[in-house]
Amino acid sequence: MAGRTVTRADLAEAVYQKVGLSRTESAALVEAVLSEMCDSLARGEMVKLSSFGSFIVREKGERIGRNPKTGVEVPIEPRRVMVFKPSNVMKARINGQDMADEAE
Amino acid sequence: MIKSELVQTIAEQNPQLYQRDVENIVNAILDEIVKALARGDRVELRGFGAFSVKQRDGRTGRNPRTGEAVKVDPKLVPVFKTGKEMRHRLNAGR
Repeated sequence: MAGRTVTRADLAEAVYQKVGLSRTESAALVEAVLSEMCDSLARGEMVKLSSFGSFIVREKGERIGRNPKTGVEVPIEPRRVMVFKPSNVMKARINGQDMADEAE
Repeated sequence: MIKSELVQTIAEQNPQLYQRDVENIVNAILDEIVKALARGDRVELRGFGAFSVKQRDGRTGRNPRTGEAVKVDPKLVPVFKTGKEMRHRLNAGR
C-alpha cells in the first residue's frame, strides 16, 4: 500500500501522457469532465460510467438524530445524498484480478 | 447520464477535438483513478469527493437460499465519500 494521494494534477498528467494535448488543455479537460458529472448529479441525475461505476442520487427522509456528545435529540432534515456503486470491473481490478473469470 | 452522453457533451464544448479523442480522455481519467486505487492510493477530487480503498475481513457467509455456510475471502473494496461542496450542491435550493 503506497498511501499516496492522487489529485486532479495527476489525472491531467495521465491525460497529457495518453492523448496528444498540451498540459494546459489536459487540465482544462479534466476539469470539464468533473464539472459535467457534478452538474448532472446536482440536477438529481444519476451518472453511470461503464466499467467504472455509478453515482446515484438518493433522497433521504427526515429522521430524528442525536448529538452523540450531549444526547440531545435533533431532527435531521430530509436531504439528498450521493452514493457510489463500483462496477464489478473496478472491484476486480482493485483486488488484482482481471475480469476473465468473473461471472458475478 | 451515461459515459457516451458525457463524451458527447464534452465534445460539443470542444469543437477542436474529435469525439474519439474525448472518449480517450474520459477513459484515461477513469483508468487513472482505478489504477491509483489498485495501488492502494487515495484519489481526492476537491469539490467532488474522494475515493479510497478499504479492507474487508474474510468471514463465513451463508447462501441465503440453501442455508449452506460459505467462506468469504478477505477483499479490498473501493469507497467514495462525497465532498463538502458537492454535498451542498445536491441540497441547494431546498
